[in-house]
Amino acid sequence: MTQVPNVFIALQRNEETRPIVDAILADNPGALHDEQPAMVKINVPGRLVVRRSTIEQEIGREFDLQELHVNLITLTGHIDESDDEFVLSWVH
Amino acid sequence: MAVVSIAPYDFPPKDSVDKFPAPLLYVGWEDHKMFCAPLCVPMPPTTVFGDFVKGALPDMYGAHPDFAKIAWDKVEWFNSGKPFTPDLRKTMAENGMGHKSVIRFRTPGLTGLAGSCF
Amino acid sequence: MDMKVNKKLGLKDRYNRMTRDLNWTPSYQSLKDIYPYLEYEGIKIHDWDKFEDPFRMTMDAYWKYQGEKERKLYAILDAFAQNNGHLGVTDARYINTLKLFLTGVSPLEYMSHKGFAILGRQFQGAGPRVACQMQSLDEIRHAQTQIHAMSNYNKYYNGFQDWQHMHHRVWYLSVPKSFFEDAVTSGPFEYILSISFAFEYVLTNLLFVPFISGAAYNGDMGAMAFGFSAQSDESRHMTLGLEVIKFVLEQDPDNLPIVQKWIDKWFWRGYRVLTLVAMMMDYMLPKRVMSWKEAWEIYAEENGGALFRDLARYGVKVPLGWEQACKEKDHLSHMAWNVFYNYGAAAPFHTWAPSEEDMKWLSAKYPDSFDKYYRPLWEHYAKEQKEGRRFYNKTLPMLCQTCQIPMFFTEPDDHTKIAYRESDWRGNKFHFCSDGCKHIFDNEPEKFAQSWLPVHQIYQGNCFPEDVDPSKPDFDPLMEVLRYYKMEFGRDNLDYADSQDKKNFEAWRAQATTN
Repeated sequence: MTQVPNVFIALQRNEETRPIVDAILADNPGALHDEQPAMVKINVPGRLVVRRSTIEQEIGREFDLQELHVNLITLTGHIDESDDEFVLSWVH
Repeated sequence: MAVVSIAPYDFPPKDSVDKFPAPLLYVGWEDHKMFCAPLCVPMPPTTVFGDFVKGALPDMYGAHPDFAKIAWDKVEWFNSGKPFTPDLRKTMAENGMGHKSVIRFRTPGLTGLAGSCF
Repeated sequence: MDMKVNKKLGLKDRYNRMTRDLNWTPSYQSLKDIYPYLEYEGIKIHDWDKFEDPFRMTMDAYWKYQGEKERKLYAILDAFAQNNGHLGVTDARYINTLKLFLTGVSPLEYMSHKGFAILGRQFQGAGPRVACQMQSLDEIRHAQTQIHAMSNYNKYYNGFQDWQHMHHRVWYLSVPKSFFEDAVTSGPFEYILSISFAFEYVLTNLLFVPFISGAAYNGDMGAMAFGFSAQSDESRHMTLGLEVIKFVLEQDPDNLPIVQKWIDKWFWRGYRVLTLVAMMMDYMLPKRVMSWKEAWEIYAEENGGALFRDLARYGVKVPLGWEQACKEKDHLSHMAWNVFYNYGAAAPFHTWAPSEEDMKWLSAKYPDSFDKYYRPLWEHYAKEQKEGRRFYNKTLPMLCQTCQIPMFFTEPDDHTKIAYRESDWRGNKFHFCSDGCKHIFDNEPEKFAQSWLPVHQIYQGNCFPEDVDPSKPDFDPLMEVLRYYKMEFGRDNLDYADSQDKKNFEAWRAQATTN
């Protein structure tokens, strides 16, 4: 069986991203949480979804997914962006 | 013209021999990478090869502990990677050296610091 | 009573209305005249509207989030400066990585700003034009924020003072300079493929993660803050690169061989430039993040591998030279640092032999190569230095015609042997460090026969200051070249052990921690 390669997203590690990271981990079973100095990296095989509604639950306010840009460091995979979800994937 | 461009792109090479005080020569000592790369010097074509060996090489390579141990009669020479036997009494030009010739010398048995090829 | 509900446009619609829908079809000028550079490279685009904008960011969102990043970043830079943050770094050896960065990378950001400004005008599609315009703004932001972040170090340490001047003249800086000039003098499609895809997607993590994590691990909050702030822009750049390659390949099958040729060329050129990063990671960071070998395995072999597996459906092959780069990972950094150790008198930053502690780490990270091939060299240098004979190579090196790096690279299957490759073109010899660099030359000899090779330029007499006087009795050509570089001998160069930087750092740190 061929393993689906990982996609990942890396964010600055701070109080703003803590609820975002929690949301991503909750929405992506199989996610690997990799903490490094000042940075947190989340690896998921094949497909990673960042969901606005989950973040809003964690953060306790309305959230615009484009706010991700302030703390985003890097990512891999093809992007599909809408108002409600930001998806990274290698799967077609 | 191999390069793709919006207009003809055709100029003399930046490093043609007429631009230098003497043709360039590159020289490398095999298995002695302490000298990180081959060296580059302008070398007048009338320089006698033996004078280059006795006069220039010690300045360039003398800092290495192996240099004093070189048996010059056993040294192997290469010109563009092909074995060649320089005539030490003849000039650079007579030995076939031209602009941007690259020569190497190999000193059998001497393989650098602790045999690491440095 | 009926409630009027105003439905909000979705992200994709908002984006389209504020970008591509503002475009128009010209009625009294031809498209070919307005966009004259789109055909000569042989790339065929049939429908520009098929370009799928990767990040649907409208200008109002752009200004808002960039503004927020800037406010955060400058607050950190202020705090760092106010608090004498520079004294919090591990030790002053670290500061030399910033000299390398400011002279080698920051000018590239500025060139990139100009390159993307050109594309922001020359691409026919509104989507790519908008993305390139935003990138052009991002890149000048990067240049500015890097200069700001490092200006603080310039107040206290040597070698930062004339970075633009040095970038255009100093021997090893022609490596990054010529890389970017090659890209900027290519056509718009080659430019975006070389920079957005090959450099900013395939290889970017190998440049930024080591420098930024290096900053974080070594207590440099200023550079780290800049780094993370820039990286968030980089995500948009990376996705532009990936989107462009997909778009071009989907437009016409005839584009594939051209794109493949560019991938091969630019992977190799970018990999060669990253030589500086390899040695930085393994030899210049007092507190190391990971080895070059480890970084290569994660960011190139793993991530790059996944990327090329994904692109295989278009017929794209792994870049030529990939295997050689993988074979070199055990050796690259050590040999590269030896170049700068050799020529430490001519570089405006300090160099040093690794300590016993450093070598313990290197030995552990490179079990197959360090102790056998490289330890004897560093131990020899340390011994020589102790006895007052610190080695400096006094003869100029042979450079590769394409990558312009001293020819220290080795045969892919025997790292004890320097690799020599050669081409004959129009009666002249040209020399290369590798098959990769030779191929690049052979494909575009007219271009690469124009390489401004620092060693050759020095010998041509083009690297002297205006007031040089060869008739003076104490005329020393190499010292005059250093004056041309605006380097102060004995202050900006030579071994770290004897440097003003080291002395000052230790004195100031003592002042800050004792009475």
